[in-house]
Amino acid sequence: MKEFGGKALFLDRNDINTDEIIPAKYLTENTKMALQPYILEDLKLGGFDPRKDIEGKGVIITRANFGCGSSREHAVWVFEVNDINVVIAESFARIFRQNMYNCGMLAIELPKKDIENLFSLGDAVTISVDLDACTITARGSKKVAIPFKLNEFDKKLVEAGGWLTYADKNY
Amino acid sequence: MGKTIAEKIFAAHLRDTPTPENVILDIDVVMCHEITTPIAITDLESRGMDRVFDTAKIKAVIDHVTPAKDSKTAMQGKIIRDWARRHKIQDFFDIGANGVCHALFPEKGFVRPGHTVIMGDSHTCTHGAFGAFAAGIGTTDLEVGILKGVCSFRTPETMKITITGALQDGVSAKDVILFIIKKLTVNGATDKIMEFSGPVVETMSMEARMTLCNMAIEAGGTCGICLPDRVTAKYLWPFIKDQYESIDLAVKDFAKWHSDPDATYVQEMILDVSALAPQATFGYKPDEVKDVTEMEGTPVDQVYIGSCTNGRIEDLRSAARILKGKKIAATVRGILSPATPKVYAQALEEGLIAIFMEAGFCVTNPTCGACLGMSNGVLADGEICASTTNRNFNGRMGKGGIVHLMSPLTAAATAVQGHITDPRKLL
Ligand code: SF4
Repeated sequence: MKEFGGKALFLDRNDINTDEIIPAKYLTENTKMALQPYILEDLKLGGFDPRKDIEGKGVIITRANFGCGSSREHAVWVFEVNDINVVIAESFARIFRQNMYNCGMLAIELPKKDIENLFSLGDAVTISVDLDACTITARGSKKVAIPFKLNEFDKKLVEAGGWLTYADKNY
Repeated sequence: MGKTIAEKIFAAHLRDTPTPENVILDIDVVMCHEITTPIAITDLESRGMDRVFDTAKIKAVIDHVTPAKDSKTAMQGKIIRDWARRHKIQDFFDIGANGVCHALFPEKGFVRPGHTVIMGDSHTCTHGAFGAFAAGIGTTDLEVGILKGVCSFRTPETMKITITGALQDGVSAKDVILFIIKKLTVNGATDKIMEFSGPVVETMSMEARMTLCNMAIEAGGTCGICLPDRVTAKYLWPFIKDQYESIDLAVKDFAKWHSDPDATYVQEMILDVSALAPQATFGYKPDEVKDVTEMEGTPVDQVYIGSCTNGRIEDLRSAARILKGKKIAATVRGILSPATPKVYAQALEEGLIAIFMEAGFCVTNPTCGACLGMSNGVLADGEICASTTNRNFNGRMGKGGIVHLMSPLTAAATAVQGHITDPRKLL
Protein backbone atom coordinates (compact mmCIF):
# COMPACT_ATOMS: atom_id res chain seq x y z
CA MET A 1 0.00 0.00 0.00
CA LYS A 2 1.19 3.51 -0.70
CA GLU A 3 2.57 5.87 1.92
CA PHE A 4 0.33 8.72 2.97
CA GLY A 5 1.75 12.02 4.13
CA GLY A 6 3.85 15.02 3.22
CA LYS A 7 4.16 18.72 3.82
CA ALA A 8 0.91 20.39 4.84
CA LEU A 9 -0.98 23.09 2.98
CA PHE A 10 -3.32 24.95 5.34
CA LEU A 11 -6.59 26.24 3.89
CA ASP A 12 -8.18 28.24 6.68
CA ARG A 13 -11.82 28.35 5.59
CA ASN A 14 -15.08 26.40 5.87
CA ASP A 15 -17.18 25.24 2.91
CA ILE A 16 -14.51 25.17 0.20
CA ASN A 17 -16.46 23.90 -2.80
CA THR A 18 -15.50 21.83 -5.82
CA ASP A 19 -15.97 24.76 -8.21
CA GLU A 20 -13.19 26.51 -6.29
CA ILE A 21 -11.01 23.39 -6.36
CA ILE A 22 -11.40 22.95 -10.12
CA PRO A 23 -13.65 25.32 -12.11
CA ALA A 24 -16.24 23.83 -14.48
CA LYS A 25 -14.53 25.22 -17.56
CA TYR A 26 -11.73 22.66 -17.14
CA LEU A 27 -14.12 19.72 -17.03
CA THR A 28 -13.74 19.36 -20.78
CA GLU A 29 -10.29 17.84 -20.24
CA ASN A 30 -10.21 14.13 -20.92
CA THR A 31 -7.11 13.27 -18.90
CA LYS A 32 -6.41 13.76 -15.21
CA MET A 33 -2.94 15.16 -15.92
CA ALA A 34 -4.33 18.05 -17.95
CA LEU A 35 -6.03 19.36 -14.80
CA GLN A 36 -2.75 19.83 -12.93
CA PRO A 37 -2.12 23.58 -13.45
CA TYR A 38 -5.65 24.60 -12.44
CA ILE A 39 -5.69 23.34 -8.85
CA LEU A 40 -7.63 25.62 -6.47
CA GLU A 41 -7.70 28.31 -9.14
CA ASP A 42 -10.91 29.99 -7.94
CA LEU A 43 -10.34 29.54 -4.20
CA LYS A 44 -11.60 32.57 -2.28
CA LEU A 45 -8.97 32.86 0.43
CA GLY A 46 -7.05 36.06 1.18
CA GLY A 47 -3.34 35.88 0.31
CA PHE A 48 -3.57 32.42 -1.26
CA ASP A 49 -1.58 31.92 -4.45
CA PRO A 50 -2.14 28.43 -5.88
CA ARG A 51 1.01 28.40 -7.98
CA LYS A 52 3.36 29.26 -5.09
CA ASP A 53 1.55 27.71 -2.14
CA ILE A 54 0.97 24.21 -3.54
CA GLU A 55 4.60 23.56 -4.47
CA GLY A 56 5.92 20.51 -2.62
CA LYS A 57 2.78 19.91 -0.54
CA GLY A 58 1.33 16.44 0.03
CA VAL A 59 -1.47 17.00 2.57
CA ILE A 60 -4.26 19.56 2.87
CA ILE A 61 -5.48 20.63 6.30
CA THR A 62 -8.71 22.57 6.32
CA ARG A 63 -11.94 23.31 8.17
CA ALA A 64 -15.57 22.14 7.86
CA ASN A 65 -17.57 20.86 4.88
CA PHE A 66 -14.64 20.58 2.50
CA GLY A 67 -15.50 19.62 -1.09
CA CYS A 68 -19.14 20.66 -1.07
CA GLY A 69 -21.03 21.32 -4.29
CA SER A 70 -20.59 19.45 -7.52
CA SER A 71 -19.97 15.70 -7.79
CA ARG A 72 -16.95 16.16 -10.07
CA GLU A 73 -14.25 13.65 -9.24
CA HIS A 74 -11.92 16.07 -11.01
CA ALA A 75 -11.65 17.75 -7.58
CA VAL A 76 -9.97 14.60 -6.27
CA TRP A 77 -7.89 13.97 -9.40
CA VAL A 78 -6.50 17.50 -9.42
CA PHE A 79 -5.08 16.75 -5.95
CA GLU A 80 -3.85 13.33 -7.04
CA VAL A 81 -1.93 14.72 -10.03
CA ASN A 82 -0.41 17.36 -7.75
CA ASP A 83 0.77 14.57 -5.40
CA ILE A 84 -1.71 15.42 -2.65
CA ASN A 85 -3.22 12.17 -1.36
CA VAL A 86 -4.57 13.18 2.03
CA VAL A 87 -7.08 15.82 3.04
CA ILE A 88 -7.65 16.37 6.76
CA ALA A 89 -10.75 18.37 7.67
CA GLU A 90 -13.31 18.91 10.37
CA SER A 91 -15.90 17.45 7.98
CA PHE A 92 -16.42 16.65 4.31
CA ALA A 93 -19.25 16.79 1.82
CA ARG A 94 -20.44 13.23 1.18
CA ILE A 95 -19.63 12.92 -2.53
CA PHE A 96 -16.15 14.39 -2.19
CA ARG A 97 -15.32 12.07 0.72
CA GLN A 98 -16.61 9.06 -1.21
CA ASN A 99 -14.66 10.08 -4.32
CA MET A 100 -11.45 10.27 -2.26
CA TYR A 101 -11.85 6.73 -0.91
CA ASN A 102 -13.07 5.47 -4.27
CA CYS A 103 -9.71 6.62 -5.68
CA GLY A 104 -7.82 5.00 -2.80
CA MET A 105 -7.03 8.36 -1.19
CA LEU A 106 -7.63 9.54 2.38
CA ALA A 107 -10.26 12.02 3.60
CA ILE A 108 -9.68 12.12 7.36
CA GLU A 109 -12.17 13.78 9.67
CA LEU A 110 -10.94 15.18 12.96
CA PRO A 111 -12.76 17.02 15.75
CA LYS A 112 -12.53 20.80 15.68
CA LYS A 113 -10.04 20.92 18.57
CA ASP A 114 -7.60 18.62 16.75
CA ILE A 115 -7.86 20.75 13.62
CA GLU A 116 -7.16 23.86 15.77
CA ASN A 117 -4.18 22.05 17.20
CA LEU A 118 -2.79 21.34 13.71
CA PHE A 119 -3.33 24.95 12.65
CA SER A 120 -1.36 26.08 15.73
CA LEU A 121 1.79 24.20 14.70
CA GLY A 122 2.95 26.97 12.37
CA ASP A 123 3.31 27.09 8.59
CA ALA A 124 5.95 24.39 8.15
CA VAL A 125 4.24 21.17 9.17
CA THR A 126 4.90 17.65 7.94
CA ILE A 127 2.26 14.97 8.30
CA SER A 128 2.64 11.22 8.30
CA VAL A 129 -0.30 8.84 8.46
CA ASP A 130 -0.18 5.38 10.02
CA LEU A 131 -3.21 3.63 8.57
CA ASP A 132 -3.06 0.51 10.72
CA ALA A 133 -2.70 2.43 13.96
CA CYS A 134 -5.13 5.13 12.73
CA THR A 135 -2.79 7.88 13.87
CA ILE A 136 -1.58 11.09 12.31
CA THR A 137 1.82 12.39 13.35
CA ALA A 138 2.36 16.10 12.72
CA ARG A 139 5.80 17.67 12.99
CA GLY A 140 5.83 21.45 13.16
CA SER A 141 6.75 23.81 15.98
CA LYS A 142 6.32 20.64 18.03
CA LYS A 143 5.48 17.01 17.38
CA VAL A 144 1.94 15.76 18.01
CA ALA A 145 0.22 12.44 17.45
CA ILE A 146 -3.52 12.48 16.81
CA PRO A 147 -5.70 9.38 16.55
CA PHE A 148 -8.48 9.29 13.95
CA LYS A 149 -11.42 7.06 13.10
CA LEU A 150 -11.46 5.25 9.79
CA ASN A 151 -14.60 3.52 8.52
CA GLU A 152 -13.78 -0.17 7.95
CA PHE A 153 -15.20 -0.16 4.44
CA ASP A 154 -13.28 2.99 3.49
CA LYS A 155 -10.14 1.27 4.74
CA LYS A 156 -10.85 -1.70 2.51
CA LEU A 157 -11.19 0.65 -0.47
CA VAL A 158 -7.83 2.24 0.27
CA GLU A 159 -6.22 -1.19 0.66
CA ALA A 160 -7.75 -2.37 -2.61
CA GLY A 161 -6.50 0.75 -4.39
CA GLY A 162 -10.04 2.03 -4.99
CA TRP A 163 -13.69 1.07 -5.45
CA LEU A 164 -13.44 -0.18 -9.02
CA THR A 165 -10.93 -2.87 -8.12
CA TYR A 166 -12.86 -3.76 -4.97
CA ALA A 167 -16.23 -3.93 -6.75
CA ASP A 168 -14.81 -5.92 -9.65
CA LYS A 169 -13.56 -8.53 -7.23
CA ASN A 170 -16.64 -8.69 -5.00
CA TYR A 171 -19.74 -8.03 -7.13
CA MET B 1 -39.76 -0.47 14.54
CA GLY B 2 -41.09 1.64 11.70
CA LYS B 3 -39.06 2.52 8.63
CA THR B 4 -38.61 5.70 6.62
CA ILE B 5 -39.17 5.67 2.85
CA ALA B 6 -35.41 5.67 2.32
CA GLU B 7 -34.93 2.71 4.66
CA LYS B 8 -37.62 0.79 2.76
CA ILE B 9 -35.93 1.53 -0.57
CA PHE B 10 -32.54 0.52 0.83
CA ALA B 11 -33.97 -2.74 2.22
CA ALA B 12 -35.53 -3.57 -1.15
CA HIS B 13 -32.21 -3.04 -2.99
CA LEU B 14 -29.70 -4.46 -0.54
CA ARG B 15 -26.92 -6.37 -2.27
CA ASP B 16 -24.35 -6.45 0.52
CA THR B 17 -23.56 -5.04 3.95
CA PRO B 18 -19.74 -4.92 4.11
CA THR B 19 -19.91 -3.26 7.56
CA PRO B 20 -22.88 -2.29 9.73
CA GLU B 21 -22.37 1.32 8.58
CA ASN B 22 -22.09 0.66 4.85
CA VAL B 23 -24.41 -0.86 2.29
CA ILE B 24 -24.09 -1.85 -1.33
CA LEU B 25 -27.31 -1.26 -3.27
CA ASP B 26 -28.61 -2.57 -6.56
CA ILE B 27 -29.30 0.37 -8.83
CA ASP B 28 -32.40 0.70 -11.05
CA VAL B 29 -31.30 3.65 -13.16
CA VAL B 30 -27.78 4.82 -14.01
CA MET B 31 -27.89 8.24 -15.66
CA CYS B 32 -25.06 9.68 -17.71
CA HIS B 33 -24.14 13.04 -19.24
CA GLU B 34 -21.29 14.20 -21.40
CA ILE B 35 -19.24 15.98 -18.75
CA THR B 36 -18.59 13.23 -16.21
CA THR B 37 -19.25 10.09 -18.28
CA PRO B 38 -16.62 10.26 -21.10
CA ILE B 39 -13.73 10.03 -18.65
CA ALA B 40 -15.46 7.01 -17.03
CA ILE B 41 -15.87 5.41 -20.46
CA THR B 42 -12.23 5.96 -21.46
CA ASP B 43 -11.03 4.65 -18.11
CA LEU B 44 -13.16 1.51 -18.43
CA GLU B 45 -11.82 1.05 -21.95
CA SER B 46 -8.23 1.40 -20.85
CA ARG B 47 -8.80 -1.29 -18.20
CA GLY B 48 -10.37 -3.64 -20.74
CA MET B 49 -13.73 -3.29 -18.97
CA ASP B 50 -15.81 -1.60 -21.66
CA ARG B 51 -19.07 -3.31 -20.68
CA VAL B 52 -22.45 -2.17 -19.34
CA PHE B 53 -24.48 -4.11 -16.77
CA ASP B 54 -27.88 -3.56 -18.40
CA THR B 55 -28.46 -1.39 -21.47
CA ALA B 56 -32.10 -0.77 -20.51
CA LYS B 57 -31.14 0.66 -17.11
CA ILE B 58 -28.68 3.17 -18.50
CA LYS B 59 -29.94 6.55 -19.69
CA ALA B 60 -27.65 9.05 -21.35
CA VAL B 61 -27.84 12.62 -22.61
CA ILE B 62 -25.68 15.39 -23.97
CA ASP B 63 -26.92 18.45 -22.11
CA HIS B 64 -24.26 20.60 -20.51
CA VAL B 65 -22.66 22.02 -23.64
CA THR B 66 -24.88 21.45 -26.65
CA PRO B 67 -24.34 22.15 -29.50
CA ALA B 68 -20.64 21.60 -28.82
CA LYS B 69 -18.74 24.89 -28.43
CA ASP B 70 -15.23 23.73 -29.31
CA SER B 71 -13.16 20.67 -30.19
CA LYS B 72 -12.92 19.47 -26.60
CA THR B 73 -16.65 19.53 -25.92
CA ALA B 74 -17.24 18.00 -29.35
CA MET B 75 -14.97 15.13 -28.32
CA GLN B 76 -16.86 14.65 -25.05
CA GLY B 77 -20.07 14.39 -27.05
CA LYS B 78 -18.46 11.99 -29.48
CA ILE B 79 -17.17 9.68 -26.74
CA ILE B 80 -20.56 9.30 -25.06
CA ARG B 81 -22.40 9.08 -28.42
CA ASP B 82 -20.09 6.35 -29.75
CA TRP B 83 -20.39 4.48 -26.46
CA ALA B 84 -24.20 4.64 -26.47
CA ARG B 85 -24.26 3.32 -30.04
CA ARG B 86 -21.69 0.63 -29.33
CA HIS B 87 -23.69 -0.71 -26.39
CA LYS B 88 -27.07 -0.13 -28.04
CA ILE B 89 -28.30 2.15 -25.30
CA GLN B 90 -31.79 3.02 -26.53
CA ASP B 91 -32.39 5.90 -24.16
CA PHE B 92 -29.69 8.21 -25.42
CA PHE B 93 -30.65 11.82 -26.16
CA ASP B 94 -28.64 13.90 -28.58
CA ILE B 95 -29.23 17.19 -30.41
CA GLY B 96 -32.86 17.68 -31.35
CA ALA B 97 -34.05 15.45 -28.51
CA ASN B 98 -31.79 16.55 -25.68
CA GLY B 99 -32.42 18.67 -22.63
CA VAL B 100 -31.21 19.14 -19.06
CA CYS B 101 -30.84 15.64 -17.57
CA HIS B 102 -32.86 16.20 -14.39
CA ALA B 103 -35.75 17.68 -16.36
CA LEU B 104 -35.58 15.31 -19.34
CA PHE B 105 -35.34 11.93 -17.60
CA PRO B 106 -38.37 12.51 -15.31
CA GLU B 107 -40.38 13.65 -18.34
CA LYS B 108 -39.60 10.32 -20.04
CA GLY B 109 -40.96 8.42 -17.05
CA PHE B 110 -37.61 6.82 -16.19
CA VAL B 111 -37.90 7.36 -12.45
CA ARG B 112 -40.52 5.56 -10.39
CA PRO B 113 -41.37 5.42 -6.69
CA GLY B 114 -39.04 3.06 -4.85
CA HIS B 115 -36.28 3.28 -7.47
CA THR B 116 -32.58 3.70 -6.77
CA VAL B 117 -30.96 6.21 -9.12
CA ILE B 118 -27.37 7.36 -9.50
CA MET B 119 -25.70 9.85 -11.82
CA GLY B 120 -22.34 11.56 -12.01
CA ASP B 121 -24.04 14.82 -11.16
CA SER B 122 -24.74 16.29 -7.74
CA HIS B 123 -28.29 17.42 -8.60
CA THR B 124 -29.43 13.83 -9.10
CA CYS B 125 -31.24 14.41 -5.79
CA THR B 126 -33.95 16.04 -7.96
CA HIS B 127 -35.41 12.62 -8.79
CA GLY B 128 -36.30 12.06 -5.14
CA ALA B 129 -39.43 14.06 -6.00
CA PHE B 130 -40.84 10.77 -7.33
CA GLY B 131 -40.30 8.92 -4.05
CA ALA B 132 -37.04 7.44 -5.30
CA PHE B 133 -33.62 7.35 -3.67
CA ALA B 134 -31.50 9.35 -6.10
CA ALA B 135 -27.96 10.42 -5.36
CA GLY B 136 -25.16 12.25 -7.09
CA ILE B 137 -21.90 10.33 -7.33
CA GLY B 138 -18.41 10.73 -8.76
CA THR B 139 -16.81 9.12 -11.79
CA THR B 140 -15.52 5.97 -10.06
CA ASP B 141 -18.97 5.26 -8.62
CA LEU B 142 -20.35 5.87 -12.10
CA GLU B 143 -17.88 3.38 -13.60
CA VAL B 144 -18.91 0.74 -11.09
CA GLY B 145 -22.58 1.61 -11.69
CA ILE B 146 -22.18 1.18 -15.45
CA LEU B 147 -20.22 -2.03 -15.05
CA LYS B 148 -21.95 -3.74 -12.14
CA GLY B 149 -25.19 -1.90 -11.40
CA VAL B 150 -24.27 -1.37 -7.75
CA CYS B 151 -23.25 1.57 -5.59
CA SER B 152 -22.05 1.95 -2.00
CA PHE B 153 -23.69 4.22 0.55
CA ARG B 154 -23.56 4.80 4.26
CA THR B 155 -26.65 3.50 6.05
CA PRO B 156 -29.09 6.39 5.68
CA GLU B 157 -30.24 8.79 8.34
CA THR B 158 -33.27 10.85 7.52
CA MET B 159 -34.25 14.37 8.44
CA LYS B 160 -37.98 15.08 8.29
CA ILE B 161 -39.02 18.49 7.01
CA THR B 162 -42.73 19.15 7.37
CA ILE B 163 -43.97 22.15 5.43
CA THR B 164 -47.23 23.62 6.67
CA GLY B 165 -49.42 26.68 6.05
CA ALA B 166 -50.03 28.04 2.56
CA LEU B 167 -47.72 29.88 0.18
CA GLN B 168 -48.66 33.45 -0.73
CA ASP B 169 -49.12 34.36 -4.37
CA GLY B 170 -45.67 35.23 -5.72
CA VAL B 171 -43.88 32.76 -3.45
CA SER B 172 -42.88 29.34 -4.79
CA ALA B 173 -41.03 26.08 -4.11
CA LYS B 174 -37.74 27.84 -4.90
CA ASP B 175 -38.31 30.32 -2.10
CA VAL B 176 -39.16 27.46 0.27
CA ILE B 177 -35.99 25.53 -0.48
CA LEU B 178 -33.77 28.63 -0.33
CA PHE B 179 -35.25 29.38 3.09
CA ILE B 180 -34.67 25.78 4.25
CA ILE B 181 -31.03 25.93 3.11
CA LYS B 182 -30.61 29.22 4.97
CA LYS B 183 -31.90 27.55 8.14
CA LEU B 184 -29.89 24.33 7.75
CA THR B 185 -26.72 25.93 6.30
CA VAL B 186 -24.66 24.39 3.50
CA ASN B 187 -23.74 21.31 5.50
CA GLY B 188 -26.74 21.01 7.78
CA ALA B 189 -27.95 17.91 5.95
CA THR B 190 -24.61 16.27 5.08
CA ASP B 191 -24.91 12.47 4.93
CA LYS B 192 -28.66 12.80 5.49
CA ILE B 193 -31.74 12.29 3.41
CA MET B 194 -34.17 15.21 3.44
CA GLU B 195 -37.73 13.90 3.51
CA PHE B 196 -40.18 16.65 2.54
CA SER B 197 -43.78 16.23 3.61
CA GLY B 198 -46.77 18.12 4.97
CA PRO B 199 -49.76 19.87 3.41
CA VAL B 200 -47.72 22.29 1.29
CA VAL B 201 -45.76 19.47 -0.35
CA GLU B 202 -48.95 17.45 -0.88
CA THR B 203 -50.45 20.27 -2.93
CA MET B 204 -47.24 20.88 -4.90
CA SER B 205 -47.00 19.75 -8.53
CA MET B 206 -44.23 17.36 -9.57
CA GLU B 207 -42.40 20.34 -11.08
CA ALA B 208 -42.44 22.15 -7.73
CA ARG B 209 -41.37 19.00 -5.86
CA MET B 210 -38.45 18.63 -8.26
CA THR B 211 -37.39 22.21 -7.51
CA LEU B 212 -37.55 21.40 -3.80
CA CYS B 213 -35.53 18.17 -4.06
CA ASN B 214 -33.09 19.64 -6.60
CA MET B 215 -31.44 21.85 -4.00
CA ALA B 216 -31.18 19.24 -1.20
CA ILE B 217 -27.49 18.94 -2.13
CA GLU B 218 -27.00 22.65 -1.40
CA ALA B 219 -27.64 21.80 2.26
CA GLY B 220 -25.29 18.83 1.87
CA GLY B 221 -28.17 16.31 1.65
CA THR B 222 -27.63 12.94 -0.02
CA CYS B 223 -31.11 13.06 -1.50
CA GLY B 224 -34.34 15.02 -1.20
CA ILE B 225 -37.38 12.79 -1.15
CA CYS B 226 -41.17 13.24 -1.33
CA LEU B 227 -43.79 10.59 -0.58
CA PRO B 228 -45.27 9.30 -3.85
CA ASP B 229 -49.00 10.05 -4.06
CA ARG B 230 -51.79 10.89 -6.48
CA VAL B 231 -49.84 13.82 -7.96
CA THR B 232 -46.96 11.41 -8.68
CA ALA B 233 -49.29 8.80 -10.14
CA LYS B 234 -51.00 11.32 -12.43
CA TYR B 235 -47.66 12.61 -13.71
CA LEU B 236 -46.44 9.07 -14.38
CA TRP B 237 -49.76 7.76 -15.71
CA PRO B 238 -48.78 7.66 -19.43
CA PHE B 239 -45.87 5.38 -18.45
CA ILE B 240 -47.59 3.15 -15.92
CA LYS B 241 -51.05 2.73 -17.37
CA ASP B 242 -50.28 -0.81 -18.55
CA GLN B 243 -49.10 -1.70 -15.10
CA TYR B 244 -52.09 -0.52 -13.07
CA GLU B 245 -55.80 -0.74 -13.78
CA SER B 246 -56.45 2.72 -12.42
CA ILE B 247 -54.73 5.73 -10.92
CA ASP B 248 -56.32 4.78 -7.60
CA LEU B 249 -54.57 1.43 -7.64
CA ALA B 250 -51.25 3.06 -8.51
CA VAL B 251 -51.69 5.48 -5.60
CA LYS B 252 -52.43 2.56 -3.30
CA ASP B 253 -49.39 0.66 -4.48
CA PHE B 254 -47.11 3.72 -4.14
CA ALA B 255 -48.21 4.04 -0.50
CA LYS B 256 -46.19 0.95 0.37
CA TRP B 257 -43.10 3.14 0.19
CA HIS B 258 -44.44 5.75 2.61
CA SER B 259 -42.54 6.24 5.85
CA ASP B 260 -44.20 4.48 8.78
CA PRO B 261 -45.73 6.69 11.48
CA ASP B 262 -43.22 5.32 14.00
CA ALA B 263 -40.17 5.69 11.75
CA THR B 264 -37.08 7.20 13.34
CA TYR B 265 -35.65 10.51 12.18
CA VAL B 266 -32.36 12.09 13.23
CA GLN B 267 -33.90 15.53 13.06
CA GLU B 268 -37.34 17.04 12.53
CA MET B 269 -38.17 20.50 11.30
CA ILE B 270 -41.62 22.01 10.97
CA LEU B 271 -41.87 25.03 8.79
CA ASP B 272 -44.95 27.22 8.43
CA VAL B 273 -44.50 29.04 5.13
CA SER B 274 -47.61 31.26 5.28
CA ALA B 275 -45.57 34.40 5.96
CA LEU B 276 -42.61 33.45 3.76
CA ALA B 277 -41.46 36.23 1.42
CA PRO B 278 -39.62 35.69 -1.89
CA GLN B 279 -35.99 34.76 -1.18
CA ALA B 280 -32.68 35.40 -2.94
CA THR B 281 -29.04 34.65 -2.26
CA PHE B 282 -26.25 37.14 -1.70
CA GLY B 283 -22.56 36.15 -1.42
CA TYR B 284 -21.05 32.91 -2.66
CA LYS B 285 -22.83 30.20 -0.71
CA PRO B 286 -26.37 28.95 -1.26
CA ASP B 287 -27.17 29.41 2.43
CA GLU B 288 -26.49 33.14 2.23
CA VAL B 289 -30.14 33.93 1.72
CA LYS B 290 -32.28 37.00 2.49
CA ASP B 291 -35.79 38.21 1.84
CA VAL B 292 -35.84 39.80 -1.59
CA THR B 293 -37.13 42.99 0.02
CA GLU B 294 -33.78 43.34 1.83
CA MET B 295 -31.92 43.20 -1.48
CA GLU B 296 -34.23 45.37 -3.54
CA GLY B 297 -32.43 47.74 -5.87
CA THR B 298 -29.30 45.61 -6.42
CA PRO B 299 -28.59 46.18 -10.13
CA VAL B 300 -28.05 43.17 -12.41
CA ASP B 301 -26.45 42.77 -15.84
CA GLN B 302 -28.00 39.46 -16.83
CA VAL B 303 -31.10 37.46 -15.93
CA TYR B 304 -31.01 33.72 -16.55
CA ILE B 305 -34.13 31.57 -16.50
CA GLY B 306 -33.54 27.86 -16.96
CA SER B 307 -31.69 24.85 -15.47
CA CYS B 308 -32.69 21.66 -13.69
CA THR B 309 -33.99 23.79 -10.82
CA ASN B 310 -36.34 26.11 -12.69
CA GLY B 311 -36.43 25.48 -16.43
CA ARG B 312 -39.71 23.55 -16.50
CA ILE B 313 -43.01 24.61 -18.01
CA GLU B 314 -44.45 25.92 -14.73
CA ASP B 315 -41.36 28.06 -14.24
CA LEU B 316 -41.73 29.54 -17.71
CA ARG B 317 -45.42 30.17 -17.07
CA SER B 318 -44.76 32.00 -13.84
CA ALA B 319 -42.03 34.17 -15.36
CA ALA B 320 -44.26 34.92 -18.37
CA ARG B 321 -46.99 36.02 -16.00
CA ILE B 322 -44.76 38.94 -15.00
CA LEU B 323 -43.21 39.57 -18.41
CA LYS B 324 -46.46 39.64 -20.38
CA GLY B 325 -46.80 42.97 -22.18
CA LYS B 326 -43.64 44.36 -20.56
CA LYS B 327 -40.09 45.02 -21.71
CA ILE B 328 -37.02 44.09 -19.73
CA ALA B 329 -34.75 46.96 -18.66
CA ALA B 330 -32.37 48.26 -21.33
CA THR B 331 -29.41 47.51 -19.07
CA VAL B 332 -30.28 43.82 -18.72
CA ARG B 333 -29.52 40.82 -20.95
CA GLY B 334 -32.31 38.28 -20.55
CA ILE B 335 -31.62 34.62 -21.41
CA LEU B 336 -34.17 31.82 -21.33
CA SER B 337 -33.17 28.17 -21.75
CA PRO B 338 -36.24 25.92 -21.66
CA ALA B 339 -35.04 22.75 -19.95
CA THR B 340 -36.26 20.22 -22.52
CA PRO B 341 -37.64 20.09 -26.07
CA LYS B 342 -41.05 19.24 -24.63
CA VAL B 343 -40.97 22.31 -22.38
CA TYR B 344 -39.87 24.39 -25.37
CA ALA B 345 -42.63 23.05 -27.61
CA GLN B 346 -45.27 23.52 -24.95
CA ALA B 347 -44.07 27.06 -24.24
CA LEU B 348 -44.32 27.85 -27.95
CA GLU B 349 -47.82 26.44 -28.09
CA GLU B 350 -48.94 28.38 -25.04
CA GLY B 351 -47.50 31.61 -26.44
CA LEU B 352 -44.94 31.89 -23.65
CA ILE B 353 -41.95 32.05 -25.98
CA ALA B 354 -43.55 35.01 -27.76
CA ILE B 355 -43.98 36.77 -24.41
CA PHE B 356 -40.31 36.23 -23.53
CA MET B 357 -39.15 37.39 -26.95
CA GLU B 358 -41.36 40.46 -27.00
CA ALA B 359 -40.02 41.34 -23.56
CA GLY B 360 -36.50 41.24 -24.99
CA PHE B 361 -35.25 37.81 -23.89
CA CYS B 362 -32.92 35.69 -25.98
CA VAL B 363 -34.22 32.10 -26.13
CA THR B 364 -31.66 29.31 -26.42
CA ASN B 365 -32.07 25.62 -27.16
CA PRO B 366 -32.63 23.29 -24.19
CA THR B 367 -29.29 23.01 -22.37
CA CYS B 368 -27.62 23.63 -19.01
CA GLY B 369 -26.29 26.74 -20.73
CA ALA B 370 -25.31 29.62 -18.50
CA CYS B 371 -25.81 27.64 -15.28
CA LEU B 372 -22.24 26.44 -14.99
CA GLY B 373 -20.17 29.01 -16.83
CA MET B 374 -18.70 26.66 -19.42
CA SER B 375 -21.17 27.01 -22.26
CA ASN B 376 -23.07 30.11 -23.35
CA GLY B 377 -24.07 33.11 -21.25
CA VAL B 378 -20.78 33.38 -19.35
CA LEU B 379 -20.43 36.49 -17.15
CA ALA B 380 -17.57 38.98 -17.42
CA ASP B 381 -15.50 39.84 -14.36
CA GLY B 382 -17.59 41.93 -11.98
CA GLU B 383 -20.92 41.30 -13.70
CA ILE B 384 -24.02 40.33 -11.76
CA CYS B 385 -26.58 37.73 -12.78
CA ALA B 386 -30.03 37.09 -11.33
CA SER B 387 -30.50 33.39 -11.92
CA THR B 388 -33.08 30.64 -11.38
CA THR B 389 -30.27 28.07 -11.06
CA ASN B 390 -28.99 26.42 -7.89
CA ARG B 391 -25.40 27.54 -7.27
CA ASN B 392 -23.90 30.94 -6.55
CA PHE B 393 -20.35 29.68 -5.97
CA ASN B 394 -17.46 31.97 -6.77
CA GLY B 395 -16.82 31.75 -10.52
CA ARG B 396 -19.81 29.48 -11.14
CA MET B 397 -21.19 31.45 -14.10
CA GLY B 398 -17.86 32.94 -15.15
CA LYS B 399 -14.70 34.08 -13.39
CA GLY B 400 -15.34 37.16 -11.26
CA GLY B 401 -19.09 37.06 -11.87
CA ILE B 402 -21.66 37.27 -9.09
CA VAL B 403 -24.82 35.15 -9.01
CA HIS B 404 -28.02 35.80 -7.07
CA LEU B 405 -30.26 32.74 -6.94
CA MET B 406 -34.01 33.31 -6.95
CA SER B 407 -37.34 32.04 -8.27
CA PRO B 408 -38.49 32.51 -11.89
CA LEU B 409 -41.04 35.08 -10.68
CA THR B 410 -38.38 37.13 -8.91
CA ALA B 411 -35.98 36.76 -11.86
CA ALA B 412 -38.65 38.03 -14.26
CA ALA B 413 -39.50 40.99 -12.02
CA THR B 414 -35.78 41.72 -11.70
CA ALA B 415 -35.38 41.65 -15.49
CA VAL B 416 -38.18 44.16 -15.93
CA GLN B 417 -36.85 46.61 -13.34
CA GLY B 418 -33.13 46.07 -14.00
CA HIS B 419 -32.49 45.47 -10.32
CA ILE B 420 -33.54 42.86 -7.77
CA THR B 421 -37.29 43.26 -7.26
CA ASP B 422 -40.02 41.66 -5.17
CA PRO B 423 -42.29 40.02 -7.78
CA ARG B 424 -45.40 40.55 -5.65
CA LYS B 425 -45.34 44.19 -6.73
CA LEU B 426 -45.72 43.28 -10.39
CA LEU B 427 -48.39 40.60 -10.15
S1 SF4 C 1 -28.69 22.87 -15.15
FE1 SF4 C 1 -26.88 23.43 -13.96
S2 SF4 C 1 -27.07 22.38 -12.02
FE2 SF4 C 1 -28.53 21.43 -13.43
S3 SF4 C 1 -27.44 19.67 -14.30
FE3 SF4 C 1 -27.10 21.40 -15.66
S4 SF4 C 1 -25.19 22.35 -14.97
FE4 SF4 C 1 -25.92 21.00 -13.33
